[in-house]
Amino acid sequence: MFFEMNEGIMSPSVIMLSGPALALFVCVASLALSKAKEIRNRITYLLIAISGAFTTAAGVMGLLSPPQQLLLPLGLPWLPMHLRLDPLAGFFMVVIGLLVTSVGIYSVGYLRSRAKTQNLTLLDISMSLFIVGMQGVVLADDAYTFMIFWELMSVASYFFVIFDHEREANRKAGFLYLLMAHLGALLILSSFSILYAAGKSFEFEVMRNVHLSSTWLSLVFLTAGLGFGLKAGIIPLHIWLPEAHPVAPSNASALMSGVMIKVAVFGFLRVIWDLVGLDQAQGWWGGLVLAAGSSSAVGGVLLALQQHNLKRLLAYHSVENIGIIAIGLGLAMIFAHFGQGDLAALGLVAALYHTLNHALFKGLLFMGAGAILHATHHRNLDHLGGLIRRMPVTAVLFLIGCISISALPPFNGFVSEWLTFQAALMAPKLENSPLAALIPFSAAMLALAGALTATCFIKVFGIIFQGTPRTSAVATAHEVNGWMLSGMALPALLCLILGISPVWVIPLIDQVSPTLLASNLERSLTGSHWLWLTPLSPERASYSPLIVLLTSLLAGLAAFLLHRRGKPVRHAPVWSCGHPDLNPRMQYTATSFSQPLRRIFSTIYQPHEEVSRLDHGNPLLVKRIRFSVHIQDLAWNLLYLPVKRTVEWLTRGTDWLQRRQIHGHLSLVFVTLLILLGFLI
Amino acid sequence: MTPWLLNIVQALLLISLAPLSAAVLKKMKARLQNRRGPGLLQSYRDLGKLFGKEPILPEGASWIFRLAPYIIFAATALACAIVPVLLVQTPLSAAADVITLVGLFALARFFTALGAMDIGTAFGGMGASREMTFSALAEPAMLMGVFVVSMAAESTNLSTMIHTMLNGHFGLRPSLAFALAALLLVAIAETGRIPVDNPSTHLELTMVHEAMILEYSGRYLALIEWANQMKLLLFMTLLLNLFCPWGIAEEKTAPALLFAAELLAFKSVFLLGLLALLETWMAKMRIFRLPEYLGTAFLIAILGMLTHYILEGTA
Repeated sequence: MFFEMNEGIMSPSVIMLSGPALALFVCVASLALSKAKEIRNRITYLLIAISGAFTTAAGVMGLLSPPQQLLLPLGLPWLPMHLRLDPLAGFFMVVIGLLVTSVGIYSVGYLRSRAKTQNLTLLDISMSLFIVGMQGVVLADDAYTFMIFWELMSVASYFFVIFDHEREANRKAGFLYLLMAHLGALLILSSFSILYAAGKSFEFEVMRNVHLSSTWLSLVFLTAGLGFGLKAGIIPLHIWLPEAHPVAPSNASALMSGVMIKVAVFGFLRVIWDLVGLDQAQGWWGGLVLAAGSSSAVGGVLLALQQHNLKRLLAYHSVENIGIIAIGLGLAMIFAHFGQGDLAALGLVAALYHTLNHALFKGLLFMGAGAILHATHHRNLDHLGGLIRRMPVTAVLFLIGCISISALPPFNGFVSEWLTFQAALMAPKLENSPLAALIPFSAAMLALAGALTATCFIKVFGIIFQGTPRTSAVATAHEVNGWMLSGMALPALLCLILGISPVWVIPLIDQVSPTLLASNLERSLTGSHWLWLTPLSPERASYSPLIVLLTSLLAGLAAFLLHRRGKPVRHAPVWSCGHPDLNPRMQYTATSFSQPLRRIFSTIYQPHEEVSRLDHGNPLLVKRIRFSVHIQDLAWNLLYLPVKRTVEWLTRGTDWLQRRQIHGHLSLVFVTLLILLGFLI
Repeated sequence: MTPWLLNIVQALLLISLAPLSAAVLKKMKARLQNRRGPGLLQSYRDLGKLFGKEPILPEGASWIFRLAPYIIFAATALACAIVPVLLVQTPLSAAADVITLVGLFALARFFTALGAMDIGTAFGGMGASREMTFSALAEPAMLMGVFVVSMAAESTNLSTMIHTMLNGHFGLRPSLAFALAALLLVAIAETGRIPVDNPSTHLELTMVHEAMILEYSGRYLALIEWANQMKLLLFMTLLLNLFCPWGIAEEKTAPALLFAAELLAFKSVFLLGLLALLETWMAKMRIFRLPEYLGTAFLIAILGMLTHYILEGTA
């Protein structure tokens, strides 16, 4: 291998650790340069971008070479830190690295004006620790290291959420985030403790070989699934996500939505697929993952459709996309349960491809939202409009993100949904069982989610960038600086490349399959041509994005040449049906755009509409009319509020224990001690 | 080289005959309503006139407004090249399968809606909102419908699907009936015909597709109109070749191709006649009845998938 040629400076462990080490060094750099504010901002975020590039390199190395292990003499005296870079970790290092690079470049420009007036040390340090935390989780090879870095990631990102702590809503969102993060961490910890109790070791190597009864295994699955599902934002555990992601600074929310929730997907794969192993998995596990994924995909996009806050809308789309990833994983688990190894590999590759895609286009869209916020100071869709003329480059990049997330050819979102559909269509290969009958339903839900996403992003792009400006701040907005544009251009370019060249990317991703499934997509690799994507067999299905792209370009060109050139184009005012002057407030708004869907799915939204009108004594002569509509997230009302009420009821029940004088408390301590002594005897 | 040439020729045939099929439909509709109707070449004259006219761009239109017609046309033309028309085995149907076909329609619709939103008029927004809402229900129904056929053929490749339908000796496949019903419902919705949408109305309360292209003129309008006519013919060809493929050429010989062309023309005229009858006989539905209509199509398609899975699974 090329890495082994010169040991020393290029040794695998150096490459593996250079990304995290550089990210950690950012802390020092930020503190050391606290006087020179502008230089500090530039240096810290460029360092972060470079660390991202190193992380990507390490990830590619992890995908291509045999697993590397490393012991660091840190942590507990009897438990050094175990790190391991295998293909699974390598893939997620690539995902983290690519987005960290783009966000690093973007942040130099995004924070430049803020760095002059504000002290950003806290943001720099939490950013660096957050990135180290994510990389540590991915590289961890023992449960202790895993949990330490998991907590580092959660706590560091808490500071993103409360970064603008002057506003009460942000502090509340931060509290909710911390609460849910720790609930999740507790659940993950309990799944590790079951595995620990069986093998008496924190090391993953030992945990892989433990034997447990099926009840205990199911308990591991449920606790780990719930814990990681909480972090990933699977419905109905998503409740923190639309609160926390919108209030963080946009560069941080790009990372949180783009990568952090993917780290939860990684955790699920590591614990359930790798440590427990799919050979020990039970049939209903895959069914549950599939059902949760389907409900998240449709629920996420339905809720996203009714949002007005751009970042909140994007956060709900993260719920949807995690659902699509979970559909892929659930399909793979079901196929693996029925012993169809290569079909399981197809499901896994589809899920991982979507993981990478979502990291890129969601990162791009969040950065775009940050650019819009930066230029206009508005985040409500109904205050924006016409930005395509004020911010032309941002508009193009944002449009690429919109097309990618809407799964339209020839961009990357289409490829991963195509792969997921191909996996779902293999359902008849399975034995007849209620479990496999779930698959057609989830394919239908995936199709519905995809179509609704396109609707939602027509709304987003149309309201923000097209039409005429709805407020004066928007009418005078300026294009953002080059740093921000290049930070967004990188993921946009990757979206196109991943859309056109899946044939080259899939073999790389497929390196992950043998470590988790003991089989991969080998058949297609030998039979496939560089032009044709044939995941199963050429007769089954094939897709050639390059031919599609070239042919459509050709057709477009032909259409262009069809008319005699030189015909002038006349500009004229819009025909307004005789109305003297149109004003921006007469345009369709985000609220009116989503009105038909609000009506169709009113049982899910339970919209609460209010109309108040003021007239000149006659209902026909309206002076002023006000319309407002609120929709509900059903999970709050059906799940969280009852739990909250129960907890409050329970705590009120124990109130009398606390309303005591000091001797009362002392006697309580004494009684407790006596009872515990009783156990000892 | 010959298969590629044949593929391009049959795509060009579909593209160039699309206006004719629209004219045939108009003529038949007119005859059913005791009118004489325009001549069969009227669609070509209309397109020619629009191409020759100076287009008027509304003030404030961005580059998306001018780009959208080309993307709509290109995506639809590509869709024409994917679907096997006269010959079963065509090279381009391997480059893009039936999921890509649905994706291309979605791409064309995405840009139609963006073009509509571009000026910021209420009509454009309304049209885009309605079209995207209904397509969000129609598109999954279409996918599910073709998936039923894909599952029977064990392929999403259109050539293979048609080949299986042609040569498969399947006794009784109730799932295909479900698929056909769902796809018929979807085809009417996707091509914007009565009772879903009325292509000849310009009343603000009833427009869906027409509201989106209201600001277009000249060559831009010509491209969009042509793409629409292509879409109608394409959906008919797809339905005919999937569910009634008998007669389609399996080998590349001139007599077989000629026979396939004649038979397909006959079948399409029959289907156009049915559509004309339907459009004369029915009135346009209220907008808010449409979700029920499309929901029914979606449900039928899912039932088809379940039927296939439960009754016809090949475990």
